[in-house]
Amino acid sequence: MFKALFEYQFLQNALFATILASIVGGLVGVIIVEKKLVMMTGGIAHTSYGGVGLGYLVGFEPIFGAFMFSIVAALGIGFIKNKTTGIKDVIIAMFWSLGMALGILFIGLMPGYPPEVTSYLFGNILSVTRFDLILMTILTVLVVSIILIYFQDWKAHLFDQEFTKIMRKNTTLLENTLLVLLALTVVVLIRVVGIILVIALLSIPAAASALLTGKLYLRMIYSILFSFVFIFVGLVVSYYTDFPSGAIIVFTAILLYIVIWILNKKFIKKVPLFSKE
Amino acid sequence: MNDPLIDISNLSVKYGNISALKKLNFSIDKGDYIGIIGPNGGGKTTLIKSILGLIKPNSGEIKYCGTSLKKSNIKMGYVPQINDINRMFPISVKEVVLSGRLTKQIKPFFRFQDEDELLALDVLKTVGIYELRDRLISELSGGEFQKLLIARALTLDPDILLLDEPTAMIDVMSQRQIFNLIKKLSGKMTIILITHHIQMITKHVKKLIYLDKNILAEGDPNEVYKYAYIRPIHQSISNKYREVRNNV
Repeated sequence: MFKALFEYQFLQNALFATILASIVGGLVGVIIVEKKLVMMTGGIAHTSYGGVGLGYLVGFEPIFGAFMFSIVAALGIGFIKNKTTGIKDVIIAMFWSLGMALGILFIGLMPGYPPEVTSYLFGNILSVTRFDLILMTILTVLVVSIILIYFQDWKAHLFDQEFTKIMRKNTTLLENTLLVLLALTVVVLIRVVGIILVIALLSIPAAASALLTGKLYLRMIYSILFSFVFIFVGLVVSYYTDFPSGAIIVFTAILLYIVIWILNKKFIKKVPLFSKE
Repeated sequence: MNDPLIDISNLSVKYGNISALKKLNFSIDKGDYIGIIGPNGGGKTTLIKSILGLIKPNSGEIKYCGTSLKKSNIKMGYVPQINDINRMFPISVKEVVLSGRLTKQIKPFFRFQDEDELLALDVLKTVGIYELRDRLISELSGGEFQKLLIARALTLDPDILLLDEPTAMIDVMSQRQIFNLIKKLSGKMTIILITHHIQMITKHVKKLIYLDKNILAEGDPNEVYKYAYIRPIHQSISNKYREVRNNV
């Protein structure tokens, strides 16, 4: 495969996409897990399917549709959640199903044969194009920069939002920015694991890293490394077996999470990497 | 004459159709050490959160040194209920305390200065958990965690410290330590303390308030304590009497 890596453009694209998806997914995944936003991220991802359908129907790049729908979903869920109490799950479910329903409707309205949407639903890292890579690079740089530049503020906000509000920080800006970052991350990951499997890549590496360290920045680093391993294994297996890459990535992630969990339980003192700090 | 530090007039807060506070009038002067007691659902936390600006009241207003919260320079420290915080969050004791030294503005590439570190360590010494500074918060006991939240509030150098049940769910020894710590702080700042430990608070505060959607009793801690002690018995007798009368 390493020889083929130098020969084939699609493999180089896939490797580059793996690196980008690992960085952004690993980093944002920790925030999502710590802030308990996994289901909300699932809602945003599934809503983006409406944008994919609209893109196909109207004739623009579907990923731009996903981009728009993700941001509207993120801010919409956040806005309604703040205006109401106790029905967060219901709001997420509504956006989730509405997005999927719109996607199906838009694609159903297209004349002739329906387009191939499987790569958007389940991802296909081997079909990542140069255009996808440019978009992924821009979004990854944007998301990572915003997190790292304002790291101290994020840390305080994620730990205790009420306290940052009492300090008279602009918590509305922080919260809305966080929601937009989630939406952008979803868009980066759609081409790698697909809409349906995005939450796996955003939660499993972060959860695995939480088994190993209690420091936020270390969790982010471990989570990025785990994401890379999960996606890379998925890519290699998919290349040799022709199995769908999205599914293989999720299988790998869950399998390795179980292995790390067992190792962490049994050999925590024997393996230096698995020490708490 | 100086304006009170905090002046609350006709404050009402509702959650849906349920009133948490009804036309409350209340003022806090500089240097006050006030205890608030009352039944669950009596509006104690709602009152504190309204003062902090975390809850928008349905009607009435709160003035801070005679002006609005936005215009005032008042610094408020808050110690929330222990259950309101994610104690598994990956953060160390020192990092939590340092977060109180962040600026009001969201600043790029913010780094804490040496003086921030020194102040944080000093505050940790004051509350008695200096030796735990590098521990993760998930490794702290309930009492240690409560002291950490007090330390974080103190780094803001507050004019007023508002504490919401800081002795809930911790052992008696830690409760005493925390009450003594708060008493020590009361000489330096205004303090509002919510608690269910009525006996303990009566010995410490200068003024006690019994809150049940409105102030039902306030003033001398011993008098209010008696009222708080008798009221449930009185209510129970009244209910029994009503029951009997209805049956007749």
